[in-house]
Amino acid sequence: MCPLASWKTEMLKRNWPVVALIALLVAGLVAPLATGETPAGFYAEVLLGGLMTGVLYSLVALGFVLIFKASGVFNFAQGAMVLFAALSVARMAEVMPWWIAAALAVGIMVALAWLIERLVLRPLVNQEAIALLMATLGVTYFLDGFGQTVWGSDIYEINLGIAKEPVMVLENLFQGGILVNKEDFVAAVAAGVLVALLALFFQKTPTGRALRAVADDHQAAQSIGIPLNRIWVIVWSVAGVVALVAGVIWGSKLGVQFSISQVALKALPVVILGGFTSVPGAIIGGLIIGVGEKMAEVFLGPVLVKAFDLAGGGIENWFAYMLALLFLLVRPEGLFGEKHIDRV
Amino acid sequence: MQHARKIGAPILTVEGVSLAFGGVRALQNVSFDVREHEMRAIIGPNGAGKSSMLNVINGVYHPQEGTVTFDGKVRHEQDPHEAAARGIARTFQSLALFKGMSVLDNLMTGRNLKMRTNLVLQAVRLGPALREEIEHRAAVERIIDFLEIQAHRKTPVGRLPYGLQKRVDLGRALAMEPRVLLLDEPMAGMNVEEKQDMCRFILDVNDQFGTTIVLIEHDMGVVMDISDRVVVLDYGRKIADGTPDEVRSNQAVIDAYLGVAH
Repeated sequence: MCPLASWKTEMLKRNWPVVALIALLVAGLVAPLATGETPAGFYAEVLLGGLMTGVLYSLVALGFVLIFKASGVFNFAQGAMVLFAALSVARMAEVMPWWIAAALAVGIMVALAWLIERLVLRPLVNQEAIALLMATLGVTYFLDGFGQTVWGSDIYEINLGIAKEPVMVLENLFQGGILVNKEDFVAAVAAGVLVALLALFFQKTPTGRALRAVADDHQAAQSIGIPLNRIWVIVWSVAGVVALVAGVIWGSKLGVQFSISQVALKALPVVILGGFTSVPGAIIGGLIIGVGEKMAEVFLGPVLVKAFDLAGGGIENWFAYMLALLFLLVRPEGLFGEKHIDRV
Repeated sequence: MQHARKIGAPILTVEGVSLAFGGVRALQNVSFDVREHEMRAIIGPNGAGKSSMLNVINGVYHPQEGTVTFDGKVRHEQDPHEAAARGIARTFQSLALFKGMSVLDNLMTGRNLKMRTNLVLQAVRLGPALREEIEHRAAVERIIDFLEIQAHRKTPVGRLPYGLQKRVDLGRALAMEPRVLLLDEPMAGMNVEEKQDMCRFILDVNDQFGTTIVLIEHDMGVVMDISDRVVVLDYGRKIADGTPDEVRSNQAVIDAYLGVAH
């Protein structure tokens, strides 16, 4: 066997779960079109809708990954941070332009990061991971409640001044065109820019380098003089800003309400799929799950109804978790996560 | 062995240090000093308390009794980050490099303490931030040349062979331009050739940069050749202190290493 071929089989042997997943996803993507019953325009709309939701999942998952990488803490409060940031912007925007409100909210999120470092992380340094997880659970409920105390518990809206009415595009390509929301488009671009900026920050600046060093090895980072406490404040601030962007996008789309906090739970399967320590993993995982669950809901649901006489529906709620469970079985480190080899 | 540099006054003094973990007494009333520009070794059999001693100096552990005086100042509750800021750098016995990062980035993290520009300037890579980055890059390049790892500049450290990783570990500590360099078993797990290379680098650091070096080793042979003075620990106590020749002929040291008939 030539070396290249043997290399290929070796790769295939090691990565077959990923190959299988990609095959499955592609099959799922193509199937609705292949039956010939689905109008192409409708199909494209579902796809775009899925991608849009996926972007939001990616942003929340990104917050998880950043904090997990840098401090080894699984931050359950990421969803609560999204809600709190969105609430802050929505309520402050009632009395000032939304962008000033957003700038102020950035300040709030940085202050929050500083408080969390001071009051939660620093006293609990070197404790078991479970203690830190419980602490972030506490932060979650505190933030949820505190947000209501300060800002109220109704549904608020964030108006970014972008037209919400969907527009018909690509009418030449698809029969009847497809409906696209201008706001969705702006949101996706904003999310993309944010991710690119973060990547540059991490790869190109000395502070980013220090952050990566801390993520890699706390003890070594400390003994070359990187101040852990300051790094934690920066990481939690960045996660706070990411939460803010996610919150504003979500809030302007669906209104700011308590349910935003639950989005975080959808980010869990995303990080399992993408890998807990991988920034690209969070982004790609979010998109896969966003598109996957939308497709499954719209196209797989009716098939199940026809075939088994079920009620259908609800697939959107469990799809992500089933996919994550499959991954935990065959590839626990996720698509892009670091594989841990422990010396026995 | 003769060195060109001149040994000065004590820069680091350890006085009556005792350290216990629950019932385990890792160090008991240990005192010694390290003079400026000196090559000082701490040796002893496994479990003698050598690494604990290093961890005390570098602020990872805080001793229950005794003091560590560095550069004329006693600090009781300093953490490793403060120790680093005061000019104490270290390497690790079990490698603690940033494995996912390139050799260059690993060394650049060693310059972190010397960086003065703020986050915003760094983010836009303008003016002072850019100048600073170039300055530090130049310093790191000198270390890369010194350690002869030019070819591996961009390689993720995790992919390098063990001996080279140890060299990067040394390089990262050197990038801090420390006054005192603590080396935790720099030759452990190396083959003869790698050991010789490492010895040469350590001697050169001491010679060319005048860095004070505190070196832990459990292999006696290597250390005796390169150090000025040697402290010997056994079961957490100091059993000998002096020049390599004095230590080599000390009965307590021979007993500790070879075992005594009871």
